[in-house]
Amino acid sequence: MQFVQIALFILLSGASFFLFFKQAKVIYDNIMLGRKEKIHDDPAWGLQQMLIIAFGQKKMFKITSAALLHLVIYVSFVITQIELLEVFIDGVFGQHRAVYHFFESHRLLFFQQLYYLSINMIEILSLLTFAVTIAFLWRRNIIRLPRLNKPEMDGWPRKDANLILLFELTLIFCIFSMNIGDRALQLKGGNPHYPALNGGGFLLSGSIAPLLTSLPEGLLIAFERFGWWGHIIMVFVFLNYLPKSKHLHIMLAFPNTYFSRKQPKGEIINMPQIMNEVKSMFDDSFVAPEVEGEMKFGAKDANDLSWKNLLDAYSCTECGRCTEQCPANQTGKLLSPRKIMMATRDRIEELGKGIREHGPDFSDNKSLLGDYISKEELLACTTCNACVEACPVTISPLEIIVELRRNLIMEAADSPAEWNNMFTNLENNQAPWQFSREDGMNWADDMN
Amino acid sequence: MSENKVPVMADLAAEGREPEILFWVGCAGSFDQRAQRVTIAFAKILNALGTDYAVLGKEECCTGDPARRAGNEFVFQMLAQQNVATLNAYNVKKIVTTCPHCFNTLKNEYPSLGGDYQVIHHSQFMQQLIDEGKLVVEGGAFKGKRITYHDPCYLGRANDVYEAPRAVIESLDSDFVEMRNCKSKALCCGAGGAQMWKEDEPGNSRINTKRAQQALDVNPDYIAVACPYCNTMLTDGVKEAGKQDGVKVIDIAELIAMANGL
Repeated sequence: MQFVQIALFILLSGASFFLFFKQAKVIYDNIMLGRKEKIHDDPAWGLQQMLIIAFGQKKMFKITSAALLHLVIYVSFVITQIELLEVFIDGVFGQHRAVYHFFESHRLLFFQQLYYLSINMIEILSLLTFAVTIAFLWRRNIIRLPRLNKPEMDGWPRKDANLILLFELTLIFCIFSMNIGDRALQLKGGNPHYPALNGGGFLLSGSIAPLLTSLPEGLLIAFERFGWWGHIIMVFVFLNYLPKSKHLHIMLAFPNTYFSRKQPKGEIINMPQIMNEVKSMFDDSFVAPEVEGEMKFGAKDANDLSWKNLLDAYSCTECGRCTEQCPANQTGKLLSPRKIMMATRDRIEELGKGIREHGPDFSDNKSLLGDYISKEELLACTTCNACVEACPVTISPLEIIVELRRNLIMEAADSPAEWNNMFTNLENNQAPWQFSREDGMNWADDMN
Repeated sequence: MSENKVPVMADLAAEGREPEILFWVGCAGSFDQRAQRVTIAFAKILNALGTDYAVLGKEECCTGDPARRAGNEFVFQMLAQQNVATLNAYNVKKIVTTCPHCFNTLKNEYPSLGGDYQVIHHSQFMQQLIDEGKLVVEGGAFKGKRITYHDPCYLGRANDVYEAPRAVIESLDSDFVEMRNCKSKALCCGAGGAQMWKEDEPGNSRINTKRAQQALDVNPDYIAVACPYCNTMLTDGVKEAGKQDGVKVIDIAELIAMANGL
C-alpha cells in the first residue's frame, strides 16, 4: 500500500511538472514572437521595482479594502509553500511529517518551535483566506462590483475567476482535513504511522481533532489521506491550470515589474526608422545608421508588438482597475483597457499555435487590429495614463493602443476626417488649426 | 507701455544676446482666443519680474504632440526635428511653457531627437519664484474665494507634478478645495491624445461634461486649470451645466496676474 502511494506520488508530480514546463515553454515562445526590445539595463532598479511593486504590493494599496483582502491570500499563499516542502518529502519517502520528526529525533528544539509557528500561521492564514475567498466570490457574484462585471468578463473570464476561487476553497478544506485527521489519529493512538508530536496539536486543527477521536480509525485515516492527497492534487491542478488562466499573474507579476519602463509615463516610444527617414529628408548628407528589423508602421498584429507588451498581456489578472479609471470607459465608450490586454493575449495564443503548427509564415487572415480590437476602441483613448497609473503590476495598455493607432493611421490610412484636417494643418501651418504661422505673435498686440 | 513688450528670440539674436529662458507659447497659447489671455497673463508676470526671456514667435512650430498621439509619427518627426533645429540654433538651455502637452513633449520626447533642454511648466516656474520670495502674491482679490484645481494628465500622471500648481493657488489666501478625484486619480478633461480635434466616440456622455460636473460638485467659485486644453474642455462643460455665470474656469497664471493687478 505504502509503495503504491509513493509510486503514485512520484508519477503524479513528475507528470504535473512536465506538463507545466511544457505549457510555460509555449508561453515563453509566444512572448518571444514579439518585437525584440531592450527595456532597461539597470538590474538594481529592476529588482527594486519588483520588490516594491510585486513583492511589496505597493500599487495594490490604491484601493485599500481590495489590497487588504488580496494581502491575506498573497501572504497565505507564500507561507503555505513551507508546508508544501514537507508534503513533497513525505510523498517521496512515504513518511509522515518527516521534517518534524527529524527535528524531534535530533533534539533541535528551536526548529521544532519554528515548525509549530509555521503550521500555526498557515492554519490561521488559511482560515482567513477561506473567509476572504468567500468575500471575493460575494463581491464578484452577489454584489457584482462594477469593475469585475464589464462586458469583456462575460463567458470564460468570469468562469476562470470563479474557478480559481473554488480551487482555493477546496485547497483550504483539504489542509484542515489533513491536519485534523492527523491529530485525531495521534490522540486515538495505536497507529505507528501517526505518532503523537511532542508539541501537541496545532492551534486550529488541534482544537477540533479531540471531537473526532471516537470515530473508527479507518474513517480517520480516509479523512487524513483525503486531505493529504486532495491538497497535493489541487496543487498540481492549480499549477497546470495557471498557464491557461488569468491567475498567471502570481508568477509573471515578478518579471513584469522587473521590466518596468524607466521612462516617464508621458513619453511615447520613439520610432528610430521614421526619425532617420525624416532626418535624411531635411539633410541630404545624413546617412541613417542601420536599425534592426524591417520598417514597420506600428503594430497590426500581436507579434508586431514588443515582447514586453505580450508579457504585459500574460501578466494581466483582469482586475479591471484600469478600466474603472478610464475616462472613455466611464463615459460609456467602447474602449476598455483591460479588454485591450485580454485581446492581445488571446491573439498571441492563437497566432503562436498557428505558427507552431504551420510554420513561421502562418496566416489566418486575421489580425489584432480589426478582428480583436476595433478602430472605435482605439479612437476613444485620450492617452491620459489613468490605466497605466492604476495597474498594480505596471502593465501599459496605452503602449498597445498607440502602436495600433500608428498602424491604423500610417499603414491603413484609416484616419477620421477631422484628424486628417489636423494633420494637413500641421503640415501646412505647423499648427493644428488653420492659422498662419505669420499670425503667431498677434496675441502680443493685446499686452497693454 | 514699453515694459509690456514681448522679446522675440530672432531680434535678441540679431543683437547677439542669448536670453536665460525661452517662453514656449504653444499653438493654443498663440492662436486660441481663450488661451491667448493666459499667454498674455504669463508674459505680464515675466515682464513684472524682469525675467530675461524671449519667445520664438513665428519660428515656433507645434511640438507634434497631437500628431504623435494620433499615431502620425511622420508629422511628429517633421515638426519635432524642425523645432529641435531652431532651439539648438539659438542655443536654448531652459524652456518654460504654459501647456503641459508642450512641456511633456519638449522634456521627455525631444532628447532622443537631439534636443536636450531644462524644461519647466509655468506652475513650477511660479512656485519656485514664490518660494524664493521673488514673486510676492497679493491675496486680496481671491480672499475667501472657493477654488478647486483640475490636474492636467500630462502634468500630473505623466510627469508627477502635483504640488507646484497647488502651491501657486495656496499663495492666494483663498479657500482651496480638492475634488474627489484628484492628483493621480484625476479624471481626464477629454482633450488629450488628439481628442481635442475630433468629436468623442459614441458613449453616454462627453468626458468634459463628466469632469466639469465633478468640479461643480465641490461648489467652487473658480475652477483653476494649468493647461489650455483643459481650460477649453472645462469651460464648455461648465457652460453645458448652465453654471458659467457663477463659476469661472481660470488658468493659474491668470490667478496670479489678477491677484497682482497685472
